[in-house]
Amino acid sequence: MKVSMTINGREVSADVEPRTLLVHFLREDQRLTGTHVGCETSYCGACTVLVDDQPTKSCTMLAVQAEGTSIRTIEGLADNGTLHPVQEGFWERHGLQCGFCTPGMIMAAVGLLEQNQSPSETEIRHAIEGNLCRCTGYHNIVRSVEYAAAKTRGEEPPAPDWNHEEVSA
Amino acid sequence: MTTTTSVLGGAIRRREDPALIQGEGRYVDDIKLSGTVHAAFVRSPYAHARIASIDTLRAEEMEGVHAVYVAEDVRHLGPVLAQVPVGKLRPLLADGMASHVGESVAMVVADSRALADDAAEAVDVDYEPLPAVVDLKQAASDKVKVHDELDSNIILTWECGPWGNEEGIAQTKEEIAQAKQRDDVVVVSQEMINQRLIPTAIEPRAVLADWNRGYQRFEVYSSTQVPHALAGAIAKTFGLASNSVRVLAPEVGGGFGAKLNIYNDEVLVAFAAQQLGRPVKYTEERRESPNSTIQGRGWVGTATVTGTRDGEVLGYELHALCDMGAYTQNFTVAIPFLGVFVGSGQYKFPIHMKLDCVTTHTMTTDAYRGAGRPEAIYYLERILDEYAAAIGMDPADVRRRNYIPASEFPGATAPVGFAVDTGDYEKNLDAALKHFGWDALLQERDLAREEGRNVGVGLTSYVEVCGFGPSALADLGFSWSEYGLPSSFNGSGLVRVNPDGSVTTIIGTGPTGQGHETTWAQIVSRQLGIDEEKIRVRHGDTAESPMGIGTFGSRSAAVDGPATHQAALEVKAKAAKIAAHLLEAAEEDIRFENGQAHVAGSPDRSLSWEELAKAAYQPHLLPEGLAGGLEAHSVFSPANATWPFGTHIAMVEVDTDTGDVDLLRYLAMDDCGTVINPMIVDGQIHGGLAQGIGQALFEDAIYDGDGNLLTGSLVDYPLPTATDLPTFELARTVTPTDINPLGVKGIGEAGTIGSAQTIVNAVVDALRALGVKHIDMPLRPKRVWQAIQAAQNGSDS
Amino acid sequence: MFPRKFDYVAPSSIDEAVAALSDSEFAKVMAGGMSLIPMMKLRLLSPETVVDIGRIPGLDEIRDEGDYVSIGALVRHAQTAASNLPQALVDAASWTGDVQVRNRGTTCGAAAHSDIAADQTAAVLALGATMIAQGPNGTREIPSSEFFVDAMTSALEPDEILTEIRIPKIGGATAYDKLGRRGGHTDYAVAGAAAWVQKDNGSISGCRVALTGVGTNATLAEGVAEALVGTDGSEQAVKEAAERATDGVTVLEDLYGSEEYKAHLAKVFTRRALTQALSFL
Repeated sequence: MKVSMTINGREVSADVEPRTLLVHFLREDQRLTGTHVGCETSYCGACTVLVDDQPTKSCTMLAVQAEGTSIRTIEGLADNGTLHPVQEGFWERHGLQCGFCTPGMIMAAVGLLEQNQSPSETEIRHAIEGNLCRCTGYHNIVRSVEYAAAKTRGEEPPAPDWNHEEVSA
Repeated sequence: MTTTTSVLGGAIRRREDPALIQGEGRYVDDIKLSGTVHAAFVRSPYAHARIASIDTLRAEEMEGVHAVYVAEDVRHLGPVLAQVPVGKLRPLLADGMASHVGESVAMVVADSRALADDAAEAVDVDYEPLPAVVDLKQAASDKVKVHDELDSNIILTWECGPWGNEEGIAQTKEEIAQAKQRDDVVVVSQEMINQRLIPTAIEPRAVLADWNRGYQRFEVYSSTQVPHALAGAIAKTFGLASNSVRVLAPEVGGGFGAKLNIYNDEVLVAFAAQQLGRPVKYTEERRESPNSTIQGRGWVGTATVTGTRDGEVLGYELHALCDMGAYTQNFTVAIPFLGVFVGSGQYKFPIHMKLDCVTTHTMTTDAYRGAGRPEAIYYLERILDEYAAAIGMDPADVRRRNYIPASEFPGATAPVGFAVDTGDYEKNLDAALKHFGWDALLQERDLAREEGRNVGVGLTSYVEVCGFGPSALADLGFSWSEYGLPSSFNGSGLVRVNPDGSVTTIIGTGPTGQGHETTWAQIVSRQLGIDEEKIRVRHGDTAESPMGIGTFGSRSAAVDGPATHQAALEVKAKAAKIAAHLLEAAEEDIRFENGQAHVAGSPDRSLSWEELAKAAYQPHLLPEGLAGGLEAHSVFSPANATWPFGTHIAMVEVDTDTGDVDLLRYLAMDDCGTVINPMIVDGQIHGGLAQGIGQALFEDAIYDGDGNLLTGSLVDYPLPTATDLPTFELARTVTPTDINPLGVKGIGEAGTIGSAQTIVNAVVDALRALGVKHIDMPLRPKRVWQAIQAAQNGSDS
Repeated sequence: MFPRKFDYVAPSSIDEAVAALSDSEFAKVMAGGMSLIPMMKLRLLSPETVVDIGRIPGLDEIRDEGDYVSIGALVRHAQTAASNLPQALVDAASWTGDVQVRNRGTTCGAAAHSDIAADQTAAVLALGATMIAQGPNGTREIPSSEFFVDAMTSALEPDEILTEIRIPKIGGATAYDKLGRRGGHTDYAVAGAAAWVQKDNGSISGCRVALTGVGTNATLAEGVAEALVGTDGSEQAVKEAAERATDGVTVLEDLYGSEEYKAHLAKVFTRRALTQALSFL
């Protein structure tokens, strides 16, 4: 079947089997391998992209369903080499370790901040509830999104919390 | 950037991140070689069945299918080896008998994965189901044998007290038996389950193999923690020299021990690539993963403390059955042995441990974050709390009373018989009590209780053993020497100053997110005074990296770190010779500062690293006898493992109406020796905590009596999400190790080892007034509620 | 991960969609696909034809129709969660899945799928909704009390589409509460209850409670309503009425709870939902 959509601002059309998932279309046909696959039950969120600005699990959407939509993936996030504030936040606040969940996590956070520039910690945690990370315990992901939110608002981000003085008894 | 005196490097941003946050990381499944075909596996739906026949014809005739392989096609390659080859090694494909659900029976190779999946469904296997045994106690009774050819389902027993000394064991047992006879003691005993877990790295395993017929050489991309071991295994399997196999581990999306194994699919994909003359890729699906990648934990045991009423422990016993699954893989039976290492925790009291390794009709267990240590510490620290409750003592005081005193360090001998490098347990406990305000926490708990809220706090100590390690371990049989690897767990590092003054550091580790490219740049930068930005760290390519053992067991910083440190020192020494020659000064007068070498007292007489490097590669400029080049390769073999430790505290609230547990606060005071990058160290602790808390509250690999895994998908195997965990509160003490020049101990697993029992202790503390004495993990609401009901109804919880 | 092959049609009207359903031996309607696609990927379900109603215009609205509010077939969970619909349904929608699931999954789809542990099914039932189904023989109204039939089975015929859910404006107050699989309000319901109550002159004049997670499908707890109507709605009255939560209800054990525990939770959440709803009056 023929399908057309906009991916990271670029018009794309292709012929796909109906059973092709959007994530496979992105990864295999478009060679946008930044979007990952971590499960098949829509639980891990590694495949999260923005479909018409909405965080969406691209493994639970057929490519043909994306007809006419505008899709943003991790590859399209930085602006001409300038990192998006969420990307910067993840770098500055150690929001990733193995990096596998990171693109999906970042896209979920971008979706949040486009709706809400001043999310509380609880709101941040809810916004990424559908993105599993096995490395970070989410602690620094939350700090990363807080950093990005502050930057987006034009404020100084909170200081990092890892420089403990050695504690003496 | 603020740093503390306890930090070697400081919290610099990670070198890995720019690629990873822009979708430019390359994981195995992202890599495409031209002409690649795809593998899928036919898996057994039965836990135990005779395979009467396999009809592959229909599948083979499907369009786009290249081959279907069954056991007889690969039998000649033999099973992959295990470190301790007891029990039954896993055949490459089920050979006449399937021994767990999900065991690979046939491999299909087709043009695409979707077609391979279609064809796998068309393979007709005729199974004759047989009775399966899953329950550990039933398996230990040998009523149903897992493999007819084995004498018993108990394939090995680790007994210690102290380790390796029969006389000592007998003496300790006698000592404990006598203590029990005393009339001033209490004996507290509890059977507990440390449940099976599914490691669940978010990147499923993937492997892509290519065979070059001309060069007779394999190139294999794999999401592995142990690239050199995989290269060795493939070489051994195919009768090649290990230099004919190049393994590349590109970005690896988490491992946690589960990618510390040589998997059959890695070998089979190489086989298919050789047969078909095309690259073959296999990417594990999440639904396959629980039965195609190792699981962890799975102990049922009884812990017993015998102690006086004033808190002196006179004996600790742990007898457990440890689930090995159906087949022995890499470290399978060695995992409980790691539990033996830390069996007596931070304490000095007689200990007797007996751990039976039991085979069952389930997926193999092996190393999962902590690997034997979380299990052992769980039993110890749970039962110590019950002992504290029985004698009405503060849990911190009971622990303090029994610590190995600081005066015995360095080089204390733990009662299990192993030498411990350094430690100051009381200092760490006191720091935790003071910094986190233990008394205030208790007060807060008590006030909440007055309001009718069921709040509890838990406090535990832990010790970890890591940084493997000493080459003497090779004598115990832990070695990959069969694969042409060093028989010990040496660390290795190569430091090369390139002619342009940039530095290439190549290490033999296999990181899966630990930030080695950053930390190792810091290790080298500190010695050479060259900016981290100019240092590129490479790993994971067996064709270029020095012989390495990979990344697992919290070992890399403590073993490969010092190797690299040593190599940097050697490079610096050579650079000093070159500088002395070129500056016409004495070698001992050369100082390195700000990226330059200069003569002491004459900062103007200096050479930059660029100038030194340039000269180094023009041997005619060098002093006579000094070879050209500016690089060094170093191997580090530590004299001992390292022993991090810490104190963890949790505060929880339980809704007794539903059994729902709310984790309010988590506080951890860890001591991993010297810290190189505090940002990375904290990140390791956070992740470790999440996995320990995941075990305590959510995760459980549940099999039914027929050996079906009921929690094989993420729908039914809940991993902690962001809404389930609090912001962690961390602090640290620093007790450097004396067995390596960096003073670092390792931090990969500490968070996991310290946390599960801390949560359970807190929940039991919240419910003790209701009569609850123990609840087995995971503390899912139904379990908690049932425990409350049972306690209220007077039956044993 | 890869579904078996299927035909895909994306009709532009309900009539066309119904025709496509009738034309196929085994067709499934897809709205958000949040339940259907994973089942197809796991090859637990392999329809011959997938009828994607996602491109049919006019179905993505929540409309006030005077006596009732209409939820169209393409209204996403997120829309329901952000709407002025009764609190029980708003909360049930906001606790469904995660952000991404709520962005694509639909309230009507959740109802049609009738998962044993869904949230919004209980709310729809407690609110006394009317389900509008369109098939080859036209449109029919199905009372929500007759809609949820069995595990993953609704009263829809294979060639019918749930085009709309009508929530009557019946006054009173509503609430939904549950225990999620990871505790709190997370994930699917281990057990949950939705309640609607109405009070006139100090006494309860109307009540409907529906349970989810305890049996094969969302089900009315009729004994509770019976016990509560006519009382003063006091704490004691609620407590006593909640004790009847599982009267006539078949409670089933699953991975998340025994029969005894689920029956207990049914009572706990009936009490909590009723208490919360009453607090709004």
